[in-house]
Amino acid sequence: MITAFGKSFHGPSALTRFVLLALLSAALMIFDHRGQQLQQLRAALMVVVYPIQVAAGIPVDVYNGLVAVFTTDKELKERNLALEVERQQLLVRLQQFEAIGRENDRLRAMLGAASRVADRVLVAELMEVSLEPFSRRLLIRRGARDGVYIGQPAIDAYGIVGQVTQVAPHVSTITLITDPSHAIPVLDNRSGLRTVAYGSGDQDELTVPYLSRVADIKEGDLLVSSGMGGVFPAGYPVATVTAIANDPREGFLRIRARPAAQLNHGKQVLLIQATPAAEKPKTP
Amino acid sequence: MNPGDPTRGRLILIAIFGVALLMNVLPGPTWAEPFIPDWVALTLIYWCMAAPQRISVGVGWTLGLLLDVLYGSLLGQHALAKAVIAFLTVRLHPQLRMFPRWQQAVSVFVLLVINQLIVTWIRGATDQAPGSAAYWTPSIVGMLAWPWLFVILRDLRRRWQLS
Repeated sequence: MITAFGKSFHGPSALTRFVLLALLSAALMIFDHRGQQLQQLRAALMVVVYPIQVAAGIPVDVYNGLVAVFTTDKELKERNLALEVERQQLLVRLQQFEAIGRENDRLRAMLGAASRVADRVLVAELMEVSLEPFSRRLLIRRGARDGVYIGQPAIDAYGIVGQVTQVAPHVSTITLITDPSHAIPVLDNRSGLRTVAYGSGDQDELTVPYLSRVADIKEGDLLVSSGMGGVFPAGYPVATVTAIANDPREGFLRIRARPAAQLNHGKQVLLIQATPAAEKPKTP
Repeated sequence: MNPGDPTRGRLILIAIFGVALLMNVLPGPTWAEPFIPDWVALTLIYWCMAAPQRISVGVGWTLGLLLDVLYGSLLGQHALAKAVIAFLTVRLHPQLRMFPRWQQAVSVFVLLVINQLIVTWIRGATDQAPGSAAYWTPSIVGMLAWPWLFVILRDLRRRWQLS
């Protein structure tokens, strides 16, 4: 960086260079905002900054290593036992789901609707770096080489995490559903009401604006993805409604919801890979 | 290589800015976010003040662009903000050097706020600006960190005869 600009000092004046660079920034921003042309430039620069990202993860790696060293046999056994119990419980529930799934397929076949294809997933480990302050994004150790693509939905064991917004060869960025720029089409699991949940920028809050004061939505309702928009597959938990403020002076309800996914303390996310059936969601 | 060697000085400066970039992306809990100053901006302000003939708008812009890539933000967003504060610091460096330390810290605060304002405006224009008041505390923390950072960087500069 210094080699590039330190030498050119005797060229144009500081003001000229400043104006030129400001115009260059403006051009970059316009192109980056409007389209995908700069994706390759970003991917190339991602490679340049990769050592910094790796170095930033070292403290966490060291901490995890120390935790592993000081974890006793007894703790491991206890944890193993707890996981075994949890696994049994999940398997029992899965038996029911498989029966229900088959029944659902038969019913759909009777209706002539396309049967739902089981989603294939790719496990992606999170990179321990913080991204832009006050935005809600994650960096994962999977990139274009692993088949990650822009718009790919990410989930964890509890619900929808977000979607891939930038892809480099080895890493990609996921924008969380809580990011202020993110919106996800949802369905009230109880009443079937369709709406859109927006990120609030807060670490565990979504907002559901523009619902009229008579809308059928209650505290504690589970919002699941509705599959509208074609980015997220239908039927995954998104958030639980935590508070509804009904102010007669305002036209709409003020609804807040807590994301179902563990957005802050996960170590990995699952990327759902599009299958031919999932790519073209049936329009209701 | 003797301490005043230009190649060596250049490498040391790259290392210092590399560490600053690293500190900006160190992982931490979300609640700690408001208390982490923009180390890159602070380091840039110091060097634009101490060595304006060497570190100025170009370096600021490059650092900002790298930060955009690290942050995954819109390309050019931090680049513009860093170029602006580098330009202002270089313009004002004779005064800034004369200021007593506390007054210098206040000026740094103003520069950090300008840096954040530019980023907020761009984020607001392109998608959604962060609304919370906590968004501005990093500039206050940066102002408080300035006197210490100043001493550290000045010692580095004298030891390696940078500038």
